[in-house]
Amino acid sequence: MMTEQERRATPLLSLRGIVKRFGSFTANDDISLDIHEGEAHALIGENGAGKSTLVKIIYGLLEPTEGEILFRGKPMRLNGPQEARAQGVGMVFQHFSLFDNLTVAENIALVLPTDTPLSALRGRILEVSERYRMPLDPDREVWSLSAGERQRIEIARCLLQDPRLIILDEPTSVLTPQEAEALFDTLARLKAEGRALLYISHKLEEVRRLCETATILRLGRKVGGCDPRQESSRSLAALMVGAAINDIKTPSTRAFGGERLTLDSLSLPSREIHGVDLDGVSLRLRGGEVFGIAGVAGNGQSELFEAVSGERLADANETIRIDGAAVGARDITARRALGAAFVPEERNGHAAAGDFSLTENLILSRHSGDGLTSRGLINFEKARTLAQQVIKTFDVRKAGPDPAARTLSGGNLQKFVVGREILSEPKILVINQPTWGVDAAAAATIRQALVDLAARGASVLLISQDLDELFEICDRIAVMHEGRLSQPCDARAVTREEIGLLMTGDGSGGGAHAH
Amino acid sequence: MTSELFQLVLMTVVTAATPLILASIGELVTERAGVLNLGVEGMMIMGAAMGFAGAYSSGSTAIGALCGILAGMAMAALFGLLTIGFAINQVAAGLALTIFGTGLSGLLGAGFVGLKRDRSDQLHIPGLSDLPYVGQLVFGEDLFVYVAFGLVAGVAWFLSRSRTGLALRATGDNHQSAHALGLSVRRMRFLATLFGGACAGLAGAYLTLAYTPFWSPGMTAGRGWIALALVVFASWKPWRVVLGALLFGGATVLQLHAQAAAFGLPGQLLSAVPYLATIVALVLLSSGARKNAAAPAALGQAFIAPR
Repeated sequence: MMTEQERRATPLLSLRGIVKRFGSFTANDDISLDIHEGEAHALIGENGAGKSTLVKIIYGLLEPTEGEILFRGKPMRLNGPQEARAQGVGMVFQHFSLFDNLTVAENIALVLPTDTPLSALRGRILEVSERYRMPLDPDREVWSLSAGERQRIEIARCLLQDPRLIILDEPTSVLTPQEAEALFDTLARLKAEGRALLYISHKLEEVRRLCETATILRLGRKVGGCDPRQESSRSLAALMVGAAINDIKTPSTRAFGGERLTLDSLSLPSREIHGVDLDGVSLRLRGGEVFGIAGVAGNGQSELFEAVSGERLADANETIRIDGAAVGARDITARRALGAAFVPEERNGHAAAGDFSLTENLILSRHSGDGLTSRGLINFEKARTLAQQVIKTFDVRKAGPDPAARTLSGGNLQKFVVGREILSEPKILVINQPTWGVDAAAAATIRQALVDLAARGASVLLISQDLDELFEICDRIAVMHEGRLSQPCDARAVTREEIGLLMTGDGSGGGAHAH
Repeated sequence: MTSELFQLVLMTVVTAATPLILASIGELVTERAGVLNLGVEGMMIMGAAMGFAGAYSSGSTAIGALCGILAGMAMAALFGLLTIGFAINQVAAGLALTIFGTGLSGLLGAGFVGLKRDRSDQLHIPGLSDLPYVGQLVFGEDLFVYVAFGLVAGVAWFLSRSRTGLALRATGDNHQSAHALGLSVRRMRFLATLFGGACAGLAGAYLTLAYTPFWSPGMTAGRGWIALALVVFASWKPWRVVLGALLFGGATVLQLHAQAAAFGLPGQLLSAVPYLATIVALVLLSSGARKNAAAPAALGQAFIAPR
């Protein structure tokens, strides 16, 4: 038996030389770290640094190729997540591991031991929800809940197993600022109870606020550890990327031109089962302006993108105008011919066809302009030149001269699909979530390109869930909530809290929606 | 209408509906786990051939039914191996299974063509079975009918109340999440596929043991496809399968009577009525606002576990 003192000195969880290889690719290379009880330990790094792989190993979803895991000083071998849960390791997933068509109680029942009677579960859910101040209705079906509510299910599900170590993978990426505050309260309570937290995030402000230790990963290796409270966000970012990140340069004075893109009470019922109907969306976008649309995912942003890009036609032709010409009932190619360009959210499969080469992908969106086609035939020579131009201008890193799109990393493919549209010098660019899951350096390149495009007189409509991004480059910001768009706010005059309130639908003051 | 005729008509409706109920309830379980097995017709006709062969050789209806079940399960196991084991496209594998089953049943059943045996026994409870109007209908059916209704009740309870049923529905809703929680997606799907095969095999055996007590190649005549359509018609809810099957059975019986009454319409056209009715019902159902709302979200998607 260990004495109490030994118990405290022994880390709750130790990783010793963890290596994980997928074929010839090494996702984790010799990673060691210790987590003690009551400690909030941050795991930070760029996309592709190996954070998710590492926590999947701790949760028993992946087997390490080499190395060992010690739990309270004893070697732990996990054969699946049930065993991790039995040992006291819980996980809150980034992309929720929930079932849309099951109720809250059913979702939770699935991870509890099989002898838990379903009837007793309701009481225990309500008890946890009260103790940690996380309102939950056991009988609601998950599809009808917001991202914040869904996350509460994940956390409640995790807590019902009384875990000693809780892994949180990017928990705030889909939350409003207010929901994130509520989460931090809950996490502080858990820490006070002596539970250890392993917190994955690339939001460095959060890490500095919550965690007392941090492990920094870069390209699968541990490049250092630190006390994030002693660091600035800037120094943490430099540790993560391995180089300083450039600030975005915005022009000091801006001159706005005439109205380029106009939406006039655009309403459109959703085609999806759990989709959102657009309800009287109006906006006027001037030349030289970057207009941001904020909002929690699933509040009609994708529906708005579909309607503006022409993937779905509006009922009335006059509800959408490009440079004064009514285009609501005209297709994508017609809108592109008028000088608009579009970059959808999903880069692989929507913005680009994975198995097509970069040249072919260039043709997919620019076929009707630039003289790429004549009499139904493709001018491949010209397409190749244009693709190489995009690759060079946007520093797209790739293997081979013209590889298939799916072989590029997320950031590089995103630079390609954004560059493809920007180099056609559009008068209007509509872009959805341009830096989601993109590393910091590529994100900076893309944001700079958007600012530069606007400086040349174009209108940029930027749909994003990343408030930092919106405040960094937008002139005006409006918020989508349940299919309605708020009045636009001047990005320099409005605060994050005001935008956050609009995101929850509570913005009664300056942000009454337009109709 | 005399009580005799009234009962007779209703009983033919139930008899026509029973194989559909059996095959549909099995496919419903398979689909709720996220597997789309389009090979119901193939599993069913194998069940018909093997069921008749087993019963004829042994002289026992029970052994025949068991042979039908095992034949359906063997076909389902093959399908499961391909689609769950090797993650082959489920639509292609299902169509292949139907073609394979049709051919194999013709080959294996060749020696049994033209042979006849007695219909399987019907229940008889003295007193109750002789009640006017409903006695024979409720208490005098063959045993398959009671098994079919029992299965529907059992499946309805299993899916909504039991823990394993919950895990099965979860697997069909989101296999990535199910895997992340440590549920065995592939085992669950394989077992659900086997259950579907067993039910389809029993449905086939019903045709040769109770419906028409002889075997002829191709005798399922598209019932496997109707069973697939009924699952959609039922919005993946067990009791609605019964409703759909009775509607289809009713249309079948109605057109038989219409043919007998000779309205002057070609018989082929009247034979098509039940199938047309199914298509119309499906179109009407799918045009609603919550289109396919009840479909398992992961239906037809192959799952490959990263390890």
